[in-house]
Amino acid sequence: MNPHVLEVARALDGFVAAIFVLAGLGIIMARQMRGTLYLFILHSLMLTASAVVLGVTLDSIHLGLVAVITFFTKVLAVPLVLVWTTGSSAYQRREVEQVLSIPFSILIAAGLALVAWVVTNPLINAIPDHPFAAINLTTGMMAVFFGAFTVAVRREGVAQLMGLFVMESGAFFASISIVNDLTIIAEIAAAVDVPIAALVIGLLIRNVHKLTGGTRVGSMAELRERH
Amino acid sequence: MNKFCLSGEVGISPTEGILSPLVQHLIANLVQVAFLVVFAPLVSGVLARIEEMIQGKHGPSILQPYRDIAKFFAKDEVVSEEASWVFRFAPFIAFVMPVFVVLLIPALTAYPLFFAFMGDMVAAGFFLALGGFFVALAAMDTGNAYGPIGASRTRMVGFLSEPVFIMVFFSVSYVANSTIPYAVNAAWAQSWATMLEPAHLLVLVAFLMLVIAENDRIPVDSPSGKVEIAMIGHSKNLEYSGRGAALMKWAGTMKLMVLIIIFVNVLVTPWGLAATTHWGDIFLSLPKVLGKILLFLLGLAVIEASLAKLRLFRISEFLASAFVICLFAMSVRLVNLA
Repeated sequence: MNPHVLEVARALDGFVAAIFVLAGLGIIMARQMRGTLYLFILHSLMLTASAVVLGVTLDSIHLGLVAVITFFTKVLAVPLVLVWTTGSSAYQRREVEQVLSIPFSILIAAGLALVAWVVTNPLINAIPDHPFAAINLTTGMMAVFFGAFTVAVRREGVAQLMGLFVMESGAFFASISIVNDLTIIAEIAAAVDVPIAALVIGLLIRNVHKLTGGTRVGSMAELRERH
Repeated sequence: MNKFCLSGEVGISPTEGILSPLVQHLIANLVQVAFLVVFAPLVSGVLARIEEMIQGKHGPSILQPYRDIAKFFAKDEVVSEEASWVFRFAPFIAFVMPVFVVLLIPALTAYPLFFAFMGDMVAAGFFLALGGFFVALAAMDTGNAYGPIGASRTRMVGFLSEPVFIMVFFSVSYVANSTIPYAVNAAWAQSWATMLEPAHLLVLVAFLMLVIAENDRIPVDSPSGKVEIAMIGHSKNLEYSGRGAALMKWAGTMKLMVLIIIFVNVLVTPWGLAATTHWGDIFLSLPKVLGKILLFLLGLAVIEASLAKLRLFRISEFLASAFVICLFAMSVRLVNLA
């Protein structure tokens, strides 16, 4: 492989990874539901962009297909499904409740990023022949942690769902750098799972909204204790 | 591609022209100062006009800040009997500090000018902070109720933004092995690959947030707000009239322009600056830099039009995010991720 092309591709992938991390951080911080949804779209777009960069550089048709499938499922289908199932009222709420304050959440996110690097560093050293592993593996692991953290601290059904998807995107972001030739059936299966999950959880959130007049799942624990 | 030479002799021929390189550099420094002083009100005028246009209004002329400054200069100054020398002195300090900063940064030339090594980016931050400190003192000097409120709020924003400033400086100096703005400019300008580094993008985002906070723009403060109790930075100028008001307004526009110049010339697009001491080259860089500033203003106007002002205690979240983004940038550089 031409070293100059590889250098430019790594720089581009690093740039995309930085936006991927920023979008993940934004999902943790965003107070508005609609803002969270837009950040998720950006997050998915960066996953697509990384697959394109890796696909072109490594000349992998599989990664090209991953990019196309990711674009149609996560950038287009999932947001549409979520808006359709949960209804626009869920997105009009101004502030999403959190267990922790935003500055404290951000600080924990920074710590999680460090943990992600510590966890992935031995793996990166073990696979020196994968040129994008250093960027994608660490960034993907960060997104997995950010997603799990979002699920833990958000008291809002839709926002928690976003956290789940961020985790899934993070796993994909990491895996495309080390598994370039996953069979297309597995790629399609993984991609189709996501909108179905969005549909199922979206419908569940819709029912929660109907029954309780909101999607603040954090307050449901209080309901349970009263009755 | 910009070349960087510590002696500042890029493109200089010893026999060229009738002026010695030292005098040429000094004059070029003065041209940079004139560029800032003359065009700063225009930058604010253009920003205000773009924002009004985005909101579907016609908006004031882009020359309105010049008219306002001229009007203030023509009026008599009224000073409270309670005010001390600090109140009279502060507008001059606020006006002079951005001028000092522009002597240290690559405003028009890619090569370092006469004062380039008199101070680094930390010194630039110090100069701007010094101006802010005196303005805050002056706001508390007159006995007006809103001045001290604005001053204390500005200090709160300042305390939160200073760690971000320092982290941005550390991040960029780690890349360039220097805190001299000209060296940072040259380091970024080396190649596109350097520009695309994740640490670079993260620093850019953090610095953009800092520019917004330091200039009291939305979402931190509303520059067009008229309610004194909701003001942060703008309530500090309420007591000024006549010459003092003119200087304060002019200083505000210069501070905005200096930070935009650092953002566009040092961090985002370190190209388009004069690479030689030929006057034609230096004056040709003027429209290029103004074009870059215009693009930045378009972006800033879109940000301001699409966001709402944050509540006072949410500002800490905004700046905490900027700080953590800087931490990410530093970490990415330290572990050499990309």
